[in-house]
Order: sequence, then structure tokens, then C-alpha cells
Amino acid sequence: MRINPDKCVACGNCTYVCPMGAIYIDPAIKRATINDDECVECYACFNGLSQEHMNPTLVRGMRKLFQMMRLRFDPEPDVCPTAAFEPNELPWPRVVRRAFSDPRVPHESTGIEGRGTEEVKTNDISGRVTTGEVGFTIEFGRPGVGVWMREIQEMAWALARAGVGFEKRNPLTTLMTDVPTGTLRPDILNEKVMSAILEIKVPVSRTEEIIRLVWDVEKRIDTVVALGVGARCDDDGDETIVAPILEKLGYKLERAKTNIGLGRITNAIAAAAPMEMVQS
Amino acid sequence: MTNTLHRFGDADSFRDDYVVFAISCRGKNDDGAIPKLRKFLEMALVFKPVNLGDSRHGGALRASKSLNPLSHWKRNHKPDFNGVIEGVNTLTTAAAVFDNLAAAEALTKAVREADLGLSVNISTSITGAEACCAAAGIPRHSAGYSLGFEGKTEHLPNTDVLALSTMCGHGMVSTSFAKKMIDWVKEGRRTPEEASAYMTRFCSCGVFNPSRACRLLEDARTRTK
Repeated sequence: MRINPDKCVACGNCTYVCPMGAIYIDPAIKRATINDDECVECYACFNGLSQEHMNPTLVRGMRKLFQMMRLRFDPEPDVCPTAAFEPNELPWPRVVRRAFSDPRVPHESTGIEGRGTEEVKTNDISGRVTTGEVGFTIEFGRPGVGVWMREIQEMAWALARAGVGFEKRNPLTTLMTDVPTGTLRPDILNEKVMSAILEIKVPVSRTEEIIRLVWDVEKRIDTVVALGVGARCDDDGDETIVAPILEKLGYKLERAKTNIGLGRITNAIAAAAPMEMVQS
Repeated sequence: MTNTLHRFGDADSFRDDYVVFAISCRGKNDDGAIPKLRKFLEMALVFKPVNLGDSRHGGALRASKSLNPLSHWKRNHKPDFNGVIEGVNTLTTAAAVFDNLAAAEALTKAVREADLGLSVNISTSITGAEACCAAAGIPRHSAGYSLGFEGKTEHLPNTDVLALSTMCGHGMVSTSFAKKMIDWVKEGRRTPEEASAYMTRFCSCGVFNPSRACRLLEDARTRTK
């Protein structure tokens, strides 16, 4: 993303809406400027701000006049008055930032927008997590902190060393050069993204071990982690296996995404095989 | 899309937050799914949602690429629900957001009867989802628990800001902007409804709950945590 300096009037609206706090008014040039290192190419500025197409010279003049008179114009806070944001061509590997940060862009590897994975949302069809198994979505950088790929690498290596398999239809897995060791492509490690999910599943008996492993790695990386745990309910709709383990570990279970089991296979040639895990 | 899962708050704070969404599974039931996704949203509309979303195109309130400058004095904050439905033209996640349990229960019952064949999920408190399933007479299939946020949580903002910004799980509602909206409500510069509408426009898949946001902003007006 770039901000056209000929259009920007330094109103400052965009400095608040950047989820990474990467936009600032540069006092030297008196224009909004993007810290490219911190920008994750999420397009929140371009897509979220409404755009007016006012004359920049006119707006600057008005702002200067109001400023001299110590008057404050009270504009709408979600507007770029001169449509100054301009998407630019993103070369590899910078394009990885957008793929993991702009929720409107589907991941090429899975065809799914957002974090690019279906996890338990389609479990009634995919059978991704079955009875006796537990699925983990280990999400980095959320909420609002962001994560460098090199930090995700730490967790991927640790999980691989523990002998877990990574979900094949997951964008991070497709960026691994060596899935059994959890090694990500080296050329993306210095890219920052809004958030990304490592997705694994293990037998229920390994639930506590995996959580303790995640806790250990969390101490070594400079971001936040949102853990999601998927489990299959029994025929009565109860889930009495995984929840007690989580509660024993100190988690208070407040919110869940509940798949209510209405999905069914309707494609003529749909393969009924469960989702494939890549075993290390 | 775990974008509705990790909302900040305890179970009670989700008493006005129910996200019901439909999704197809790649290669299994995505043939002919687009009209079914549209049908799901049409069914949801009957029960008066506070937001509708198509993850490819946005929610019921969207940013404008050509805003009239006079809008500063008379902004239209009315959601366009039919626009969301009509805009579904590709495989997507179709979401309906409600601020009351009765509506979520009613939609759950309706989608069961409609038998669309799509996967349907409810994202809310665990007890809220159980109530929806009980009302529709169906057992839960799978649960995806949110264990909250951990790691370097010192990077996170205060809880009011967090409760607002995490209603867009993709992070499009920045914590700085949520803080600014709280401040503007406190200063009396905007109403909670206006502040909520500004934030709603940033959520690009339409799962932000403007009704809950209004309540959170009203609560934060007199004491920010």
C-alpha cells in the first residue's frame, strides 16, 4: 500500500484505523506515511475508509485556515477526504503479507478467504476431527498484534519435534519446504502478517502435552496466541471428554463455535475420505 | 475463518451476541452452493438480524468509494441487508448476527427444516449455542472452544477496547480506532450508534455486532476499563 503524497492532506484519520499502527504523519513532509516494515498489507485503510475525492489543495488551505483560527473541523473519522491510498504491486515474498492479512483475499492453496482454513466449521462433512481426537488451531498475532513468520517457525518446529501432523489444507502447511520438520520457506521468515494459524490434530490423550508445549514456546516469541480446540460431540450433543481436560488446565470455557451438524455431501463426485493430515 | 470465535468477554457478555453462519465444504457440497448461501441469508433476514455478512464482499454497512462531502453532516448509517444477499455471487461464508437468543433459536429451527445441506455453525457462549440446538431439537455435532488470548498479552489494550475490536476477528477494527470511538462517545462528540456504525464498516465479512458495540460503548462512557 502507498499513500500518494500529492493527495494526502495529513488529516490523520488513517493513523487510527491501521490495525498495526503503521501509519503516522511524518513531520518532515507533513504527509501520512506508512512504515513498510510494520505494514501487513491488510488493506484496512484502503477498504475500510470511505473515500471522498476532494481537491487536496483546497482541503489543505481550509485546514490551515481553521488551524490558524484554532478551530477544529469535526469530520467523519472513517473517511479519507482525498482518496490518497493507492494499492501497489506486491512482489514475492511481500505478497504473503496480504494473503494472510486481507480477509477478502482467498488463499491460493485452499481457496478459502480469511485465515484460509475450514477447521471444525465443516467437520460434519469433512470428518477432520473425529471421536477420540482433538484439533488445535494455534493462531498467532491475534488480536491486533501481528506476527512475523520467523516466530511461527519456532512453534512449527516444536510441534514437529513432538511428532504431530499438520493439516494439509492449511495455508501455512503449504508454505513449508519440509513438512515433517515443520520448516517454513526461508524467504518468507522476515514477513509480518496480521495473523496465521497452525492447525494440527492429536489423540485426546495428548491434549495436555500439546497445550504445555504451546505454553513453553509462547514464552519465546513476541506476540499473542489465540488457541482454539475442536472436539467431536457424542450422539446426544454432549462433549465430556476434552472440556474437562481444558478446565483442569485452568481454562474457563466461555465461548465456542458450535457445528450443529446439518451439512451433507451433495457433490456428485465428492470423495468421502476425511481431511488429510501430513504426518511427521 | 475463526473470525467469530475469539471474541473477548465472559459468557454473560455474549447475551446479545449470536453469530449463525453457513459454509460449504470444498469438494464435498460446494456445487450449487451459492443459491443456498443466499437462501440462508434470506431466511435470517426474517428474524431481524443486526448484521448480515458475505465474507467475500462485506457486511450490511460498507465503506463508500465515492462519499459525498455533505455526508459529514448527514451520514446514512442504515444497514443494507438486501444488498448483502443480492451480492452473494461466489462461494463464501454467509453470516447472520443477532442480538437476542430467541432470534438465533428461530433461525436454527428454520435452517434445520430447510435442509440446505450446508454446514451451519453458531458462534456465541457455549450455553447459548446449546439453547439454540435444544430449541431446534438437534444435538451438537462438534465444538470449537476458544481458550482466549495468551502469550505476550502485555501487547493487548484495555478490556473495553478489546471487547470492541475483537468483534472483527480478522483485526480490521483496529484497537486505536476502537479506543478513539470510546473517547468520542465519552466526549459526547458521537452517539454510541454512530461510533458503532463507523466500526462496523471496517469489518469486511459482516460479523461485527453493532448492537453489542452500542452496549459496550454505553458502558464504557461512564467507566472505561
